[in-house]
Amino acid sequence: MSDMNQQMTAKYKNNFLKEIEEQAEMGDWVKMCMQCGVCSGSCPTNFHSGWDHPPQELFMLIRAGKRDEVLNSNSMWNCVSCYNCYVRCPRKIPITHIMHGIAEYAYRIGRAPKSQPTLHLSQTFWNNATKTGRVNEVKLTQTLYFKDGIASGIKKAMAMQDVALGLVKAKRLNPLEAVGISHKCKDIKGIHAMLDKARELEAKRKGRTA
Amino acid sequence: MTSVVATNQTILVVGGGIAGMTAALEAAETGKQVVLVEKNPYLGGRTVQLYRYFPKMCHPTCGLEINLRRLKANPRIQVLTMAEVTGISGGKGNYSVNVKLAPRFVNENCTACGECNKVATTEVADAFNYNLGKVKAAYLPSSMAYPQRYVIDPSVIGTAEASAIKAACKYGAVDLDMKEETVTLNAGAIVWATGWQPYDAKNIQPYRYGEFPNVITNVEFERLADPHGPTGGKILRPSDGKEAKNVAFIQCAGSRDENHLRHCSRFCCMASLKQTRYVQEAFGDAGKSTIYYIDIRAIDRFEDFYQEVKANPNVSFVKSKVARISEDKNGDPRLWGVNTEGYVRYSEPHDLVVLAVGMEPSVKGVNIPAEVMSDSSGFLMADPVNAGIFGAGCATNALDVNRAVQSATAAALRAVQVVNKVARAEA
Repeated sequence: MSDMNQQMTAKYKNNFLKEIEEQAEMGDWVKMCMQCGVCSGSCPTNFHSGWDHPPQELFMLIRAGKRDEVLNSNSMWNCVSCYNCYVRCPRKIPITHIMHGIAEYAYRIGRAPKSQPTLHLSQTFWNNATKTGRVNEVKLTQTLYFKDGIASGIKKAMAMQDVALGLVKAKRLNPLEAVGISHKCKDIKGIHAMLDKARELEAKRKGRTA
Repeated sequence: MTSVVATNQTILVVGGGIAGMTAALEAAETGKQVVLVEKNPYLGGRTVQLYRYFPKMCHPTCGLEINLRRLKANPRIQVLTMAEVTGISGGKGNYSVNVKLAPRFVNENCTACGECNKVATTEVADAFNYNLGKVKAAYLPSSMAYPQRYVIDPSVIGTAEASAIKAACKYGAVDLDMKEETVTLNAGAIVWATGWQPYDAKNIQPYRYGEFPNVITNVEFERLADPHGPTGGKILRPSDGKEAKNVAFIQCAGSRDENHLRHCSRFCCMASLKQTRYVQEAFGDAGKSTIYYIDIRAIDRFEDFYQEVKANPNVSFVKSKVARISEDKNGDPRLWGVNTEGYVRYSEPHDLVVLAVGMEPSVKGVNIPAEVMSDSSGFLMADPVNAGIFGAGCATNALDVNRAVQSATAAALRAVQVVNKVARAEA
């Protein structure tokens, strides 16, 4: 277990609801859930293949203080952000955002599962996008396609080549990005300063050192 | 012209449902002059449209009959039907009120013999039965309508059919020259008892009400079960007239939902529990009911009613807010969701789905021509700013019949206090 995880366990003792409220994005909505189940019923993933807990069960587990069961769960990582649950929730709870908030928190304190595909995609995208302030699409797809080895990467790339050519024709994809010649933000320094400030503000709000 | 005798010691009651009738009767029986204004051509409001009411499973013919008898016996109450308040001026103890009267085209000579109905040919939507059926353009709104007088639909006025209707009446009761009129009357205090309307289930998109014929509302189900209703009391589903032996009830259809009605409508749990008894009575052990609920709120003293229904093996309970409804090829509505007791996904077909829609105050969106306070759901609140206007019944809160009567009695007492002050009978 990471230091951060131990630090948080010590800070909140057994009050996991409070921990989620203060540390996870939109976590303060968890207590508003009235367990009607419309979110779970509306989820297009059907949570059968490997979904540990549907959303309202996850919220109940948080309130019951089942810290390990929640943080080890894969539920929040399986959310496809379709927003069906959020739209139908009778309490207008931002369920989609909470799922991402819990996932992000689990990652931050070192409790994310190893080689989690959603996490890998998010990290790759974030690193790619924050480097120059704009996404380098060619490098992003390369990293994602070849994550499981060269053979599978080539197979995926071949399958998608028509789409890629179409994008190039429509000037939505620049092949030169592969060699690092890509569109950049005019003020990269400014972007980085902004991100640093955002990180600083968030840390302050959540009561911890950046 | 309609003449109304009213002074600033008169109490005006707006709305002739169970609450308005009660307020009018209570006030009149203390000796006050009362004018009762009702929008429909008959008194009784939503209560008279029920088949039976909980907890004692009384028919409205019984409960309302008592009130109608009191009303007929009381010379201090003037009843104006097909009337709407369009303007209020003045203040507490001295209001001046404009009331618009729509023409009924039938005067007080009517004996309800029904000859006019026999010659009428045009059919219009049957509002009393929530438009589930049609009625002829000369109709008695319901078998126990008070006043017991026919109504002629304005759509036939000026046609040969109207002349035939007039000719068929042996009592000279049909008056085709009636016009809309506005009367102005005085009142010392006003009881606002305009009641409720069922929440428009079309707004709850995933339930597809209005698209799937076999998805109906709880108020419509009352009419299906009623022997005076469009099916003669047989519980037949609208799409193909098949007996609906497997009925699903969806609770909180609109209520307790920030996207629809914020409040708990209170009566719907009891209403669905009651309606499972209609299914049981109609089909015996072949009639199955399933209630999909978030939690059952059998308010106040009604817990025993709930326990009784729960003990019935033909009624099952699924703890779940239904996520969506689809339709099978044979017309069966299919319910999709998750049973939160055990987190089990279900996909269940039923013969008929009854949406337990909530109560929306009728005053919501209606421009009451006076300054009154209402809460975030649109119900009238008790507030000094209301001055001599007092809310009663479902205009003030989501109430069942019993509570509406209590609320109306309270409002009547407050109104009586105001007119007593006007008469200097009370400090």
